[in-house]
Amino acid sequence: MTQTDSTGTPPAPSKTSSSLWAWLGLVPFFLFAIAFLFLPSLSIFINSFQDNNGSFTFKNIIDLSEPFIINAYWNSISISVITAIGGGIFGFFLAYAVTLGGMPKFARPFLTTFSGVASNFAGVPLAFAFISTLGRTGMVTVLFRDVFGINIYQAGFNLYSFWGLSLVYLYFQFPLMVLIMTPALDGLRREWREAAENLGANSFQYWRYVAMPIILPSLLGSMILLFGNSFGAYATAYSLTGGGAINLVTIVIGAQISGDVLNNQGLGYALALGMVVIMSLSLIGYSWLQRRTERWIR
Amino acid sequence: MKRGSIWAWLWFILGLIYFFLPLYATFDFSLRLKRGVLSFAAYENVFSDERFINGFTFSLQMSFWTIVVCLLLIVPTAYWVHLRLPRVRPVVELITLMPFVIPAVVLTFGLIQVYAKAYTFFGTSLPSVLSLDLFTLPGLINLRDAVAARAPITLAFPIVLIAAYTVLSFPYMYRAVDTGLRAMDVRTLTEAAQSLGADTPKILWYVIFPNLRAALLSGAFLTIAIVVGEFTFASLLVWPALGPYIQLIGANRAYEPAALSVISFAITWATLGLLQFFTPEQQGQIAGAR
Repeated sequence: MTQTDSTGTPPAPSKTSSSLWAWLGLVPFFLFAIAFLFLPSLSIFINSFQDNNGSFTFKNIIDLSEPFIINAYWNSISISVITAIGGGIFGFFLAYAVTLGGMPKFARPFLTTFSGVASNFAGVPLAFAFISTLGRTGMVTVLFRDVFGINIYQAGFNLYSFWGLSLVYLYFQFPLMVLIMTPALDGLRREWREAAENLGANSFQYWRYVAMPIILPSLLGSMILLFGNSFGAYATAYSLTGGGAINLVTIVIGAQISGDVLNNQGLGYALALGMVVIMSLSLIGYSWLQRRTERWIR
Repeated sequence: MKRGSIWAWLWFILGLIYFFLPLYATFDFSLRLKRGVLSFAAYENVFSDERFINGFTFSLQMSFWTIVVCLLLIVPTAYWVHLRLPRVRPVVELITLMPFVIPAVVLTFGLIQVYAKAYTFFGTSLPSVLSLDLFTLPGLINLRDAVAARAPITLAFPIVLIAAYTVLSFPYMYRAVDTGLRAMDVRTLTEAAQSLGADTPKILWYVIFPNLRAALLSGAFLTIAIVVGEFTFASLLVWPALGPYIQLIGANRAYEPAALSVISFAITWATLGLLQFFTPEQQGQIAGAR
């Protein structure tokens, strides 16, 4: 803060004015963020605490405990947890296979390219792809019926159910895991394994005491990303079930936007606010794990 | 090592099956419109449908404008943060990650709340002025019809839709630009340009943009891939885009949706597969149109 040095540094006044100018450079970005992120979020927040006449109330938040709403949150959270863990484990093994699993060299760019495409192939087209595969007249369904004589729909499978939707979500979940984990697995240095083996560790001990503790934070962090990835999903579920068979939070909010299905505007906003809270918590968890990961893997 | 690679192959093959089986089944299904023969009839139906052409053109235009807005917002901001205000970086980064925190449905809800209110507040004169004259973007298809056909609560100009798409592409666009800026010596380049007499817009246009070409290209490709098939924003804000069209056809037909899925996949593949092939270090993105 002392301006006593006379070695050609700019004097204080011009410094403050230039930092004012510097702030001006960010005005367009922040204006945009205020208009299209902050104001909409604020309006959801405010409306969550207003009744239909616009006066302050906690009723909307309390109403979130209605069985229908609890059920929607329960479905959304469990489908996200299940596909995050399932997709996370499958994606981890795939990433492991192409990094440390001794596969030929072509496997890795091949897998990451396809994962890049698959993790972005979601929404309406993905739903129809699975209808063509596992729907009532889908290819695999017909194959099972004609070749093995098994009607998978009579055996209890249903694509348009919770588990069917989970299967569809996995299609964009595990490729994302592959994309995140492949570089993380590169961070496991060969020297660590060699050092462990020199000290007499077997494969299990190496994984249990060396590799896993290093990988675990980024493994869990990636699964949190997968959780958010399916928690906010709307298009896939909507087009698979035609907008109603599975009660998810995003589906209810979508229906609330198109026409006030809850018969209570405020409750709709509280529902949306709840989603933002859950997503924020998961992002905080992610960044905490991310910081732990960076101690070892850069 | 050998045992390990058997497991590796097993997982790899399982992954390939999961990836290709639905695509193969969809393609196969899309050829079966005519009983007993395989034909491209479903594709012919799709391509001769005017709504498909319109939806596709509309979505392409949306992705074009999204890329333009995103570049104008992100590049100068990231450059400025890099050069002058490094301590603001965490804030800017956090803002660009907001689409992860605020799901598309929720953001739409808020956008409608804010802008439909402004819309009704100013009465009927506003849409006719704003949407059709001042805010009509050059080259937009049939905007007048689109406005006339919409449901009462929605927004009268695609500005909000483009803004929503811009927010959606913030995370990877910012990350791409930020990585690009880290890879070059921004300060030296800027000082060199300044000593040659360039002002900030000139520096951005002639020095920063060209150096970010690869990063911007990958960001632009991702934006096209995400915006062209996007459903949530387009459908809830009631715009005649490609995503809602596919959904509409899917509710009424059997074979055309399969054909549309294959076409959609081809678009995603064309944009992303090529991108991944040329810049393999490109990461997956976390907030897309699911």
